[in-house]
Amino acid sequence: MFMIEKAIPRTRAYTLWLAGLAAVILAGVACYLRQLSQGLAITGLSRDVTWGLYIAQFTFLVGVAASAVMVVLPYYLHHTKAFARITILGEFLAISAVTMCMLFIFVDMGQPTRVLNVMLYPTPHSIMFWDMVSLGGYLLLNATIALVTLRAEREETAPPRWIKPVIILSIPWAVSIHTVTAFLYSGLPGRPLWLTAILAPRFLASAFASGPALLILLCLVIARLTSKPVPREAVDKLGVIVTYATAVSVFFVLMEFFTAFYSGIPDHTESLRYMFFGLEGHAPLVPWMWLSMLLGAGSLVLLLVPRWRRNDTLLAAACAMVFFSLWIDKGIGLIVAAFVPSPLGAVTEYAPTLPEAAISLGIWALGALILTFLYKIALSVRSGSLLESVK
Amino acid sequence: MIISRQAFLRLSGCSFLAGAARKLKAALAPARWAMVVDPAACARQPNCTKCITACHQAHNVPSISDSRREIHWIAKEPFDRAFPGQEDEYSRERIAPAMVLCNHCDNPPCVRVCPVQATFKREDGIVGMDFHRCIGCRYCMAACPYGSRSFNWQDPRPFIHNPNPDFPTRTKGVVEKCTFCSERLGTGRAPACVEACPEKALTFGNLADPSSPVRQLLASRRHIRRRPELGTGPNVYYLL
Repeated sequence: MFMIEKAIPRTRAYTLWLAGLAAVILAGVACYLRQLSQGLAITGLSRDVTWGLYIAQFTFLVGVAASAVMVVLPYYLHHTKAFARITILGEFLAISAVTMCMLFIFVDMGQPTRVLNVMLYPTPHSIMFWDMVSLGGYLLLNATIALVTLRAEREETAPPRWIKPVIILSIPWAVSIHTVTAFLYSGLPGRPLWLTAILAPRFLASAFASGPALLILLCLVIARLTSKPVPREAVDKLGVIVTYATAVSVFFVLMEFFTAFYSGIPDHTESLRYMFFGLEGHAPLVPWMWLSMLLGAGSLVLLLVPRWRRNDTLLAAACAMVFFSLWIDKGIGLIVAAFVPSPLGAVTEYAPTLPEAAISLGIWALGALILTFLYKIALSVRSGSLLESVK
Repeated sequence: MIISRQAFLRLSGCSFLAGAARKLKAALAPARWAMVVDPAACARQPNCTKCITACHQAHNVPSISDSRREIHWIAKEPFDRAFPGQEDEYSRERIAPAMVLCNHCDNPPCVRVCPVQATFKREDGIVGMDFHRCIGCRYCMAACPYGSRSFNWQDPRPFIHNPNPDFPTRTKGVVEKCTFCSERLGTGRAPACVEACPEKALTFGNLADPSSPVRQLLASRRHIRRRPELGTGPNVYYLL
């Protein structure tokens, strides 16, 4: 019914890719079973640093999911024809990313069998409740839109009229998922690193940089795998979006620095000092954060020069740098550093353990598997020319 | 003034009723439980941990030596750790360490963020915990600005050496913290830590009752609370 049969492997390379992903997923499942029996003690988390790799991956991936709006909005509101073919790629990416988000929340729970308590005792004053509502709704919206429009395309008919308002609704909804996710953090009185009104705008800016950067990379990979030309106009336009969003994202980070260090209020500087310079001799995040800064600045140089941005190799490098830089920023630094120093001033180091990393990798692999299946389905519907733009 | 017998009876009946109604209202008015800590009295026995032992024994708190996985409901902290931002170079010499525990805030951030109401504000001001509903998301631990909450990273039972059969033990994957001994208050007893303190450094009582010992202490002695600027309204006071 959902065209699943289109994802059945027919080539050797594809089979190997799926087998590789399956192996990583199985390793993750094995480690998760260990976590189920032994508790979260198998992670590197502690009394002081209570959230780590899992919640940080969740935060980063919410951004990737929200970024689908960067192709949906230009195409449906501004009739940007260049995005006609890749809109579905953005929506499928959102589906895969939201699924990973939910799994990362799930593996972080101490009592996963009680997960339905969130629905049994709905609690509107908890932002986590709203995060569940917005993420669940976003998954449903994107799954509906992608499947309905893809089926219409297969049957060579116009999509049903009712889908248009659903698509329009998905635009503010995408903004809401990352805003609500920022509110999870920015409303807590005792975590000064997060207690900043710019957290939600910063999340959105970094999302609209990292998500479209990933989409460009996916477009380039698909073009190579299917031996088709790169969809020039779409990739160029996405490149402009990544450039603006990266610039805004870097600007927002610098604003945090100014407020914290010029005011000199210890509460607001300590976590930043821990990230970038180290605190009381503890500096595990320092190389990561500077690498993130360097990659961000370097990518901006590549992106700001139009001639370099239009070169596929340089663009791919810039996009990989943006993605990795923001992954460090949100997928490591921002979550862990807010717990240092602790409310009692203790500096506790955190490093993910091997099983913790394996579980995280397993979820990423599952996301890649879902994305592969979905893209394969879209590819078959379009009989091989996934990316070519509509004339 | 001449007053008839009937009028006298009516008047005295009314005043008796009014008096009884006031008594009843006071009895029915919810208590506001609070604690007053006297760090100077506590410091008279620098190595004493009787309150911690009593609390942890009464509530089956596991003794885990790894400080990263440690669980405690009440702890002794140096002044600069308990009151960050108020310390100076000399405060460690001048001011005694403080016992820190859940502040049972008037406006508790942990209750606000809990997605399943496993931690909740009771009528009498106590911030309670339902260990059987907690999903272990640890959002409350991120929200608490006092570090008063602990998480069971592993099964705590092997670390409880002399279990108290009158109080539940916890399972792995749930959060726990001080409950102001709500189970003892129900039977009219003071919290275990208060009873155990040899220096009477901990005073427990009802802030809603003007004659309570906590109100008298707060009326007569200078005192501070931990991070009141955050708007949490902590109900543990520290005498200076």
